[in-house]
Amino acid sequence: MLERAASVTDDAITIPIEGDADIVAARLKSRQLAKQVGFTGTDLVLIATAISEITRNIVCYATGGQMTLTAVTEGRRRGITFVMRDQGPGISDVQQAMRDGFSTGKSLGLGLPGARRLMDDFQIVSSAGQGTTVTMSKWLR
Amino acid sequence: MPVPILKQGDILIASVQEAMSDSDLALLRDDLTSRIGEFHSLGVMIDVSTVDVLDSFATRTLLDIAENSRLRGAKMVIVGIQPPVAIAMVKLGLILDGIPTAHDLEDGIELMRRNVGKSRQRDR
Ligand SMILES: Nc1ncnc2c1ncn2[C@@H]1O[C@H](COP(=O)(O)OP(=O)(O)O)[C@@H](O)[C@H]1O
Ligand SMILES: [Mg+2]
Repeated sequence: MLERAASVTDDAITIPIEGDADIVAARLKSRQLAKQVGFTGTDLVLIATAISEITRNIVCYATGGQMTLTAVTEGRRRGITFVMRDQGPGISDVQQAMRDGFSTGKSLGLGLPGARRLMDDFQIVSSAGQGTTVTMSKWLR
Repeated sequence: MPVPILKQGDILIASVQEAMSDSDLALLRDDLTSRIGEFHSLGVMIDVSTVDVLDSFATRTLLDIAENSRLRGAKMVIVGIQPPVAIAMVKLGLILDGIPTAHDLEDGIELMRRNVGKSRQRDR
């Protein structure tokens, strides 16, 4: 196994993502915690935008899920990690879903690929019938 | 929280608030479309200067409002997109194709007056 710097998690918050208002709440919460961690200006907007996209996917394509926000210190770097999990239908072809413009919902198809560009780390785990988990982080520079 | 729509002569002005939900935005789209008909408005101005997230749903809705406005004979201008918001939009891959933008309300009204003036002249 790879040697990993011990990661220390200070604040972890979990909020339900079930409807429209939860997307707004998730944006605000992510912004708040990111600010506490030390992010400023543009980074706060990039983070909130990515959160908006991924939580909307939970509301649109699954019936509900949760978001966990964690301030992380990994070795000498400090950042914020978001885990967004749902128990929905899952995605059978993740590679296709990650493509710019691909959508089964007649929308722009930029949520997943766009969120990956907005954050530093992005991981999606999903398969048909298994729900979807998106984990993404941003690190302070 | 529904977005208030102000009527200023031929122009409708909507100031989008910070904590806008998707259904608030959809409501704004529908309200604006019916108000344009009701007031025979020639312009629609959307002020997003206090908005800190314009994601794919919001952008899609703005594009829809622009198209609805155009079909009803009005022009749309978006004012006040903040620089970090613009950076996020570019990273997402969002393009507000063909929609005029202005720095602030004052510039927006100026741009609108010029556009509306032009379409008035054409009408004659
Ligand atoms: N949480 C999810 N559960 C099931 N399917 C999802 C989920 N998130 C995304 N998808 C699928 O991936 C596609 C691409 O998502 P996205 O890039 O956000 O674009 P859009 O939401 O505009 O379709 C969606 O159309 C949907 O089919
Ligand atoms: Mg999406």
